[in-house]
Amino acid sequence: MTPNKGEAFLPIVGVAGLLAIWSLATALQWVDPVLLPSPAATFDSLWRGMDGGPLGFDFVKTVYRTAAATLIAAVIAIPLGIVLGSSEKLYRSLEFVIDFFRSTPASAMFPLFLILFGVGDETKISVAAFGAILVILFNVAYGVMNARKTRLLAAKVMGASRLRVLFDVMLLESLPQTFVGLRNGVSLALVIIVVAEMFIGSQDGLGHSVFEAQQLFDMRRMYAAIFAAGALGYGLNLLFLLVERRFVHWSGK
Amino acid sequence: MSASPHALAQPAGVTASPVREASQRPHVTIRGLNKRFDNTIVYDDFNLDIPRGELISVFGPNGCGKSTLINMIAGLVAADSGQILFDGRRLDEIKFGYVFQNYREALFPWMRAFDNIAYPLKLMRVPAAGRRARTEKLVAHLSIKLDLGLYPYQMSGGQQQLVSILRALVVEPEILFLDEPFSALDYEMTLFMREQLQRIYLETRTTTILVSHDLEEAVFLADRILLLSRHPARIAAFTPVAVARPRTDATLSNADFVRTKAACLDVFQREVRRP
Repeated sequence: MTPNKGEAFLPIVGVAGLLAIWSLATALQWVDPVLLPSPAATFDSLWRGMDGGPLGFDFVKTVYRTAAATLIAAVIAIPLGIVLGSSEKLYRSLEFVIDFFRSTPASAMFPLFLILFGVGDETKISVAAFGAILVILFNVAYGVMNARKTRLLAAKVMGASRLRVLFDVMLLESLPQTFVGLRNGVSLALVIIVVAEMFIGSQDGLGHSVFEAQQLFDMRRMYAAIFAAGALGYGLNLLFLLVERRFVHWSGK
Repeated sequence: MSASPHALAQPAGVTASPVREASQRPHVTIRGLNKRFDNTIVYDDFNLDIPRGELISVFGPNGCGKSTLINMIAGLVAADSGQILFDGRRLDEIKFGYVFQNYREALFPWMRAFDNIAYPLKLMRVPAAGRRARTEKLVAHLSIKLDLGLYPYQMSGGQQQLVSILRALVVEPEILFLDEPFSALDYEMTLFMREQLQRIYLETRTTTILVSHDLEEAVFLADRILLLSRHPARIAAFTPVAVARPRTDATLSNADFVRTKAACLDVFQREVRRP
């Protein structure tokens, strides 16, 4: 009853297909080669940019800003989410405000944050943190609120105090949902950071790199920067999944 | 007649009120218990004495308030009025254990089985070494064969429920409550778990109140069966089960067992059909 060995290679099929069509499109000149460079040229640019080139520097800048924004968001949102979630009345009274700002595109806040923090890193990081905070807060609060009633009752019947129930049960019960929030939060933070790097008088970062390459009509570099941003987003998501699997081993079981 | 606290020496059959040895004071006394849910009166001036050291099965029609009764005794559900005392003491003055039907949601999936079992001791501020010693002693005493290093989700349903039962027993409770503990298990596992629970009961002789929706299981495990009527619940019968322990698979075809079960079924049918 071992699964077919070939199945492990299934995810590669899509990648190979995409590369094949891309190669074909450039080789047969379906698309203007100025607009779409060949895969080989693009990955050559990606490799050289990342290997000690400017793209690598921009990549590190974006990683730093995204990580800082997510960290700030987590430090603020997780304790707040636990407090909100443990009191349904408190949450219900703030639900609309949270939902409203969660639904507001964070990019709409740029001008406001520019006035508050100027054009430096603080603005980019704080706008991204603002977006991520609401996503994480919402998920943590829901995780705490949706803790299994039987489990809370079991702790109570064994004589656990309210505080004990909060720390021993609710907190751990909310962890799977907290990680959903963190994953969504870091994705959103990356989106905001990259957009911010494009427009707010930025000197570096992947967003800047994409924008600059476009302005210079260096399409290889632009595609390379897009792939670097994609890899970063995918990698961050994967990182959180791995951490979750390690520390929230019971999730989904 | 034997002075043993159990009704083993009594003749088989059903009696409306149990014969109680004069020397023995009841463990739990329930007086004037009232409970209503919205417009339904579930308990109306309900009185009951639960003998010490016996395993009592609670059985009755669907929705008659079997679980509500043990939940009121165990303090999970508040009674509207009435008094429940344990040797004259209130619930917060005694140690008790409670086993939920849904073991999957009652155990803590982030803790290994061992730490789940020891958790009530942590609440009692027993230091780690003491927790370890007491948990190990309990498991060894009951000769339970379980890998306690596993997480609950790595165990079968029966093993998880066994962990729940051990968690309830680790505080050395005066009284143990089980709310339909085996109803989420398949039949094979149910048979195995009955055997385990009986062994645990015979080892500890803890007063045990078991709610069951399976008459065979209720009779098999019980020293007495508390048959409840439809709501408002009255005691339809409080029947001793005069079948020797340890009971085995052969007990299921034992004449006394079959007769007791049939008599209980009669009472049950009468109560269900009552207008």
